[in-house]
Amino acid sequence: MMDSLYVAWHYISFYKIRTLILVACITLIGGLPLMLELILDESEQQLRSRALSTPLILGAKGSALDLVMNTLYYTDAVPEMITLSAAREVADTDLAQPIHLYARFKARGFPIVGTTIDYFEFRDFQLAHGRPFVMLGECVIGHELARKLGLGVGDTIVSSPETVFDLAGIYPLKMNIVGMLTKTHSPDDRAVFVDIKTAWVIQGLGHGHEDVARIKDQSVIISRDEKTVTANAKLFQYTEITSDNVDSFHFHGDQANYPITAVIVVSNDTKSGTLLRGRYVDNKNYQIFPPKEIIDDLLESIFRIKAIIDTVIVIVGFATLLAIIFIFSLSLRMRRQEMQTIFKLGSQRLTMVYLVGAEIAIILIFSGVVIVGLLGMVSVYVPEIARTVVLN
Amino acid sequence: MINIQSLDFRYPGSDFHLSINNFTIAAGEKVAVIGPSGSGKTTLLNLIAGIIAPRAGSIHVGEAQVDQLNDSQRRSFRITNIGFVFQDFELLEYLSVLDNILHPYRISKALKLDQSVRQRAVQLAKQMSISDKLKRSVGKLSQGERQRVAICRAMLTNPDLILADEATGNLDPNNKAHILELLFKSVEDNQATLLAVTHDHELLPNFDRVIDFQTFYGDRAS
Repeated sequence: MMDSLYVAWHYISFYKIRTLILVACITLIGGLPLMLELILDESEQQLRSRALSTPLILGAKGSALDLVMNTLYYTDAVPEMITLSAAREVADTDLAQPIHLYARFKARGFPIVGTTIDYFEFRDFQLAHGRPFVMLGECVIGHELARKLGLGVGDTIVSSPETVFDLAGIYPLKMNIVGMLTKTHSPDDRAVFVDIKTAWVIQGLGHGHEDVARIKDQSVIISRDEKTVTANAKLFQYTEITSDNVDSFHFHGDQANYPITAVIVVSNDTKSGTLLRGRYVDNKNYQIFPPKEIIDDLLESIFRIKAIIDTVIVIVGFATLLAIIFIFSLSLRMRRQEMQTIFKLGSQRLTMVYLVGAEIAIILIFSGVVIVGLLGMVSVYVPEIARTVVLN
Repeated sequence: MINIQSLDFRYPGSDFHLSINNFTIAAGEKVAVIGPSGSGKTTLLNLIAGIIAPRAGSIHVGEAQVDQLNDSQRRSFRITNIGFVFQDFELLEYLSVLDNILHPYRISKALKLDQSVRQRAVQLAKQMSISDKLKRSVGKLSQGERQRVAICRAMLTNPDLILADEATGNLDPNNKAHILELLFKSVEDNQATLLAVTHDHELLPNFDRVIDFQTFYGDRAS
């Protein structure tokens, strides 16, 4: 048998391209469904675990899927905005604790999540380094973001403008990193957490500037009376919040009308949750639901697509299998002279079977190794792949 | 060494007919077979080697009656007792020179590949002046070198009988004489019997005996 393997090995290594084509075909048939299964399992696990740990979501009427995906996974599709008053309304019912979220902005491609410190408790965040945010302009970063950008406590991260060419739009805000989370294996690993007010500062709803009452450059002042000083656009606005200028930051108007993307509603008990949902049944502005319902629908769609993909793979696999059999039979035809020589030399019939069998075995083993290697590689990156493919 | 009596052979579906009443070669003899194309020279070699079986008659090679052996026995007999040098060399492109020489040992359980066999392969390659090319692919050898590899392969099992089917047919005149010289030396060193089919009449004086198919087997119809 060793001699058959030796001869077979020389044959397949001599005809490298033919061998590579066969290995690629077998890898495709064997590896693709397994890799797909791995990615879908991971996606399902990611989607379900996050949805199950979030009892209710309240948001604007509209796409429930966008609302769930943005609230749970901080995806790019931002749902219709609601105001902070929605969270206060929930709190006023005494049936649940609201945790508001504002997941709209990005910093170097990673989502900025404006929330309160209650969210840390709700998600059971553990800090690997530093402390939670307490001051305007401070942030806590996820583990993966820290690793990818090489950032840590004491560094800063700048928010990205929504549109590069919008001069009148949102200015970048330099935020101080005061904490870093331990790995959570969830979208939180890739997020920048800030106080909701910091998110509003990023949006321009809150700002800090020189004290107009003490300003020396009079060209900045448009008008001045006993109660009000009006300045023009020349007035310097701070793009970084420091302990020196933090007191100058302020918000105009009622914060109850400031935007948020969603409210996570942590009901006191099941009955409270049911009662609360009942109160919003006829509400024209808001919708409230358990995210599990939406995720179950989404998974159903994904698995329906998977069933189609599986069918396609089976058909392609069958066609590839036929191609492999065709290649092998063609190869045997082309090797008739060689087989004749072996026969003339005095080889037994079984030896020829061993030779061809050894070639098939080596190619199958080689393909198996490639499949295992690919699966190993995919399994390392599967959380990221699942997030990229399914969640985006 | 070889004794053929009342042999009758026909290819199925062909009007080719080989009939031999009496054909004998003594051990150690170097015999050339000549004759026009299609006269049955290669068929005779194949019958002696047990590659094909006769319809009637007997073929004795040494102690064995080849025509009485079954297919499996004929294969074992061939690989252990007969060295075959083919006209087109029939080497395997994907194997090195050494692996081609050792190939009979890799395809038969009747032969055991050990260190002594490897040493003998190297020794034969030295005798054939190809020892410096043992690791080279046969695809990179000249015609003459390829034929030497084929002779080494045929000689490796120390066969009692060497069958050579136009072993020098593809070679230039200089190479022909040299290869034949090497083949003869190898046969003598191994005290083997040589039966060679050839078209080269200038090589015939080197043989102990020449059999012309047309002259001696006139009763054969073809």
